Amino acid sequence: MQSSVSTADGTVAPVPRLAMHFASLEVQNHAARLGMWLFLATEILLFAGLFVCYGVYRFLFPEAWAASSRSLDLTMGTVNTIVLITSSLTAALAVHYAKEGKNKMVVVQIALTLLMAVGFLVIKYFEYSHKFHVGTLPGRFYFYEGIQLPGAPMYFTVYFCSTALHGLHVIIGMIVLTFAMVRAWRKADFGPNNYTMVELGSMYWHLVDLVWIFLFPMLYLV
Amino acid sequence: MTPSSSIASPGAAPAHDEHHDHHPNYLVDGTTIKSWLLTVDHKRIGLMFLFWVLLFFLVGGIFALLIRVELLTPGPTIMDAMTYNRTFTLHGLVMIFLFMIPAIPAVFGNFMLPLMLGAKDVAFPRLNLLSLYIYLAGAMLALWGMLNGGLDTGWTFYAPYSTHTTTTVAPVLFGAFIIGFSSIVTGINFIVTTHTMRAPGITWFKMPLFVWAIYATSCIQVLATPVIGLLLVLVTVENLFGFGMFDPARGGDPVLFQHLFWFYSHPAVYIMVLPAFGVMSEVVAAFSRKNIFGYRAVAYSSLGIAFVGFFAWGHHMFVSGQSTFVGGLFGVLTMLVGVFTAIKVFNWVGTVYKGAVDFKTPFAYFCGFLFFTVFGGMTGIALGTVSLDVPWHDTYFVVAHFHFIMVGATIMAFLAALHYWFPKMFGRTYHEGWGLVSAALIILGFNATFIPQFLVGNNGMPRRYYEYPERFQALNVASTAGASLLAFGFVIIAMYLTYALLYGRASGKNPWRSKGYEWLTESPPPTHNFVGPQPTYPEEPHFYVDPKKAEVPDAV
Ligand code: HEM
Ligand SMILES: [Cu+2]
Repeated sequence: MQSSVSTADGTVAPVPRLAMHFASLEVQNHAARLGMWLFLATEILLFAGLFVCYGVYRFLFPEAWAASSRSLDLTMGTVNTIVLITSSLTAALAVHYAKEGKNKMVVVQIALTLLMAVGFLVIKYFEYSHKFHVGTLPGRFYFYEGIQLPGAPMYFTVYFCSTALHGLHVIIGMIVLTFAMVRAWRKADFGPNNYTMVELGSMYWHLVDLVWIFLFPMLYLV
Repeated sequence: MTPSSSIASPGAAPAHDEHHDHHPNYLVDGTTIKSWLLTVDHKRIGLMFLFWVLLFFLVGGIFALLIRVELLTPGPTIMDAMTYNRTFTLHGLVMIFLFMIPAIPAVFGNFMLPLMLGAKDVAFPRLNLLSLYIYLAGAMLALWGMLNGGLDTGWTFYAPYSTHTTTTVAPVLFGAFIIGFSSIVTGINFIVTTHTMRAPGITWFKMPLFVWAIYATSCIQVLATPVIGLLLVLVTVENLFGFGMFDPARGGDPVLFQHLFWFYSHPAVYIMVLPAFGVMSEVVAAFSRKNIFGYRAVAYSSLGIAFVGFFAWGHHMFVSGQSTFVGGLFGVLTMLVGVFTAIKVFNWVGTVYKGAVDFKTPFAYFCGFLFFTVFGGMTGIALGTVSLDVPWHDTYFVVAHFHFIMVGATIMAFLAALHYWFPKMFGRTYHEGWGLVSAALIILGFNATFIPQFLVGNNGMPRRYYEYPERFQALNVASTAGASLLAFGFVIIAMYLTYALLYGRASGKNPWRSKGYEWLTESPPPTHNFVGPQPTYPEEPHFYVDPKKAEVPDAV
């Protein structure tokens, strides 16, 4: 039942298989997208719990939080924000090319995205190791001399919990995108009717980006 | 009355034509172990969930009986205090996370939802199978932790005790986290299925009420579960590494833990009870032989409960030091849940009124259900009143209340669903007399177990206590006696249903002459639910009232 359509760059992309329980391809893609949206909503709610913790403790320890927030490296944070936003752009471009069936460009764009993701993690690694060094650590591990206010260790508990959870999402996103990249590379089967996989992967990546856009001002700026 | 045919998708048809002449039912279509373990058929997945859910119910039940035996005498009876703490924790955990939450959605939701929507499967069949294995993985991890060291926090994991206790917190909490993931996946699957897979003719307001209830439940699952997921991870991390998030000694706030915990766990109560309401709407229409009274009100009130359920969590913290104003506010919001539930209750009663009641086993459970819901709900309203809750808080009154409303209502619905849909699922009938006898035993036993607990709680006996003063003994013995009766009822059900499974008469397509959509196909249904193309359903669900319409012909 697989027919094919020709695409912009002349290659022939197979039409995706329609699972037997769906009425049409359109419905099938709609279902996939709706499922992904719901899943992303649950991810946001997961982080929302941490935002609540942040809000409560910030309210309880205003000075300690202001001081701790200033101890973070704003330059590194800003660079990371720019890196991540740019990677969201390339992820979106990957979808664009997938729609046109330009599978090679899909590979290129995802590779760029992954590269920036690695960059993000490397910078994060430097930030973390600095903290391990000076002792701005969560809870009972805190031994930083610079800030001796009550509540400062709590700031770093929230900092580490939220950035670690976000980092985990970065890694999951990278795995998802890698799958799409390998598909585009090996099978070259993305095209006008079949780009859901790239689209979902990139939606996930936008979420990772979005969460960071909340975390950055919360932790570094305010 | 076969469903009139209609648009078949061009893509779907060929795959289907392979076995055109013989349409084996889903039970015999593939008999290898592998064909079960790797199936993507929602009906088989539903059955596998049924197996596990019943097994965990047995485990939780045995531990319930151990609790009751221990409480027979004021002092130590059969175990020491630490074992007792672990016993009630295991009982609560297993019952809540492994039985009540998945029971109706994962078993009957999985089985019936696609049938009721005229769909060949749920939207994501493989994800559906995955959710079963996630559930099992989480269950195994949690149980492994419970048996290797055990947990003594109670199923509520209250901080800061849970962040300090030396019993095995991490695997159990992480197991619960994994189970939550399964719950989210199931919820997403059902929501998407409801949105995208309705057969032509099924508009939103032609969906059976069970579908509405499952849909509302799924919304709660998707919105509430991530929050507890995060909370469980934080407590685990804190217990392992001492991060101090909820530890007052490090500036943390245990009340924040309670807020986050009840933000999930209060809606979780409706994850358990809304599907029960859905089952009952089906049963009451089928056995009163009347269209449901106030269909839209019943449908909307499910969404209403799901919505206000998110704003009532503070009633668990009336004595946590929150301000009187906040307490009062949460009290009022709690009452709102009562209003939506009352809408349902009145509509069910309105449905029975002047109906041609056919008093079969599922209807017997409906009667028990109505009693438990009303009684449990009324005590809930009472507990939602701050001034009354203060003395009752953390006494057996609360234990009795939540058993009445959650356990009572849900068990009644679970058993009603099992008896109502048994012929659909297995194509066989059970012995009606035994059904009614055991229903009577269970309803009686349940009352005998928990009414004494209301009394003993009202007299001041706290929950989760291992020893108690002499004067509470009579009521405790009564409660244990009731629990034995209850257990006896379950044994009888297990016996005649097993017998029916093996030797029961063939039920025919629609033994209840029900108008529910799921009865339009064969019993048991063929693998892809229908023979031929996707059906259309021109009528409304529960359409019993039009005298011009003929009765369903091939009833037994
Ligand atoms: C078979 C009949 C049952 C009996 C005799 C029974 C008995 C009990 C008793 C005596 C307690 C109080 C333990 C204590 O606080 O010291 C309890 C607690 C509890 N039960 Fe049951 N139970 C039964 C069924 C169920 C079911 C089906 C559920 C499913 C949700 C359930 C959920 C709970 C929960 C959540 C608690 C609170 C545990 C805690 O306080 O940590 N019970 N049960
Ligand atoms: Cu509540």
